[in-house]
Amino acid sequence: MSVFWAICRQHAVLAWRGGHTTLAVAFLFIGVTLMPFGLGPELALLQALAPGLLWVVLIMALLTSLDRLFQADYEDGSLDQMMLMPLPLEFVVLAKLLGHYIALVLPLLLAVPLAGLLLNLAPAHLPMLLLAMLAGSPALVLLGGIGASLAVSVRRGGLLTVLLSLPFYVPVMIFGAGASQQALAGEVDETRLAILLLISLASLLAAPVAIAAALRNAVR
Amino acid sequence: MLKALENISALYANPTRFMQLAARLHAPLWALALALLAYGLFRAFQVPEDYQQGETVKIMFVHVPAAWMALFGYSFIFFASVTALIFRHPLGHVAARAAAPVGATFTLIALVTGSLWGQPMWGTWWVWDARLTSMLVLLFVYLGYIAIWQAIEEPTRAARTAALLAIVGFINVPIVKFSVDWWNTLHQPASVSRLARPALHADFLYPLLIMGVAFLALFFALTLTRMQMEILRQKLRVRRMRTNQGA
Repeated sequence: MSVFWAICRQHAVLAWRGGHTTLAVAFLFIGVTLMPFGLGPELALLQALAPGLLWVVLIMALLTSLDRLFQADYEDGSLDQMMLMPLPLEFVVLAKLLGHYIALVLPLLLAVPLAGLLLNLAPAHLPMLLLAMLAGSPALVLLGGIGASLAVSVRRGGLLTVLLSLPFYVPVMIFGAGASQQALAGEVDETRLAILLLISLASLLAAPVAIAAALRNAVR
Repeated sequence: MLKALENISALYANPTRFMQLAARLHAPLWALALALLAYGLFRAFQVPEDYQQGETVKIMFVHVPAAWMALFGYSFIFFASVTALIFRHPLGHVAARAAAPVGATFTLIALVTGSLWGQPMWGTWWVWDARLTSMLVLLFVYLGYIAIWQAIEEPTRAARTAALLAIVGFINVPIVKFSVDWWNTLHQPASVSRLARPALHADFLYPLLIMGVAFLALFFALTLTRMQMEILRQKLRVRRMRTNQGA
């Protein structure tokens, strides 16, 4: 199990030191800053749209980071080494995804309240919004990993990864933004939260298997 | 029965044998598809005007079969990919690759005719209705599948990666459908699926079913032609590599 945590930690530290965390968070804020230029500075309108906008920007920030997941390891041969380890590839994948979650998604979620304030969200709206993002974001990383692993052998496969991942993001987006929209009305949307958790759990079971199969295929 | 099926599939695992069969099937299949299409269109134009929708109801005879073929095409790709990946049938990858642009085109036709139909009916070219939206997502799934084939140069790796995507994507399609339905519904519910007593009048139903069969035949004709092309392309590739080595 110590190998699992070592891989997880290595991935997180590399993402942090390589500046990818900073880049992703900066991307989130730039995205949010662009919104009022496009929609007009009216605070009431921005507040009404804020939950959906924040979900879109969060997903965009995450998508830009996906090709970091396996590409570097594929190119420098680390992936071949990881396949020779006693730890099954599925768990290696899971460790890297967890490292990615810790180094990129958690900082993004920490930045969301501040970004929300820029869009005129009241602090009272934030807990529900963050709860929905917490429930849905594991699925985003796990499903994005499928797209990243399928495109891993393609040089500069960033756009391909995005094209492959987006259809998987539609359900998460629908229930995540839906639950967050309810936050504006001050309601707790238990049904949508439960569905989000269900999607995350199902992805946790299915995604590592699919990703490992795609990576084995790429290395062969 | 299963044994017989196995024997048949093993027999046509040989590309040369398959090409012989395909050459024999090619002309009759195309003739059948075109004849059914002509007859179906003729019947569709005989249909009386709908009291609410007027002439625009005729769009249905292209729109609905195209939507059926969009879903059928992706299921076809899924089953071909499973055959290729699990049973290692060499034609599976060829069939899946050949069917992809055909299915994507049917999806596009369904979207465009839906938009043309929606303009007089709903007063707008595009609505974010549940069915239209899931069709649009299906188009993206098709495009991703086609992009994988184009992006990965090494043929066997491309084939296996595309097959994996087809399988994972096939699981995703009903989930997208379910969530989009939850999200928004405006489209009328399916009116032909209830086989016992369809909600559609017989005057409309028969031309629609004929068009459905015509589109199915067209799908197979196009896919067969594309499979033949794909096998020829592979042969050409091998021959070229041999001549290059010889030189």
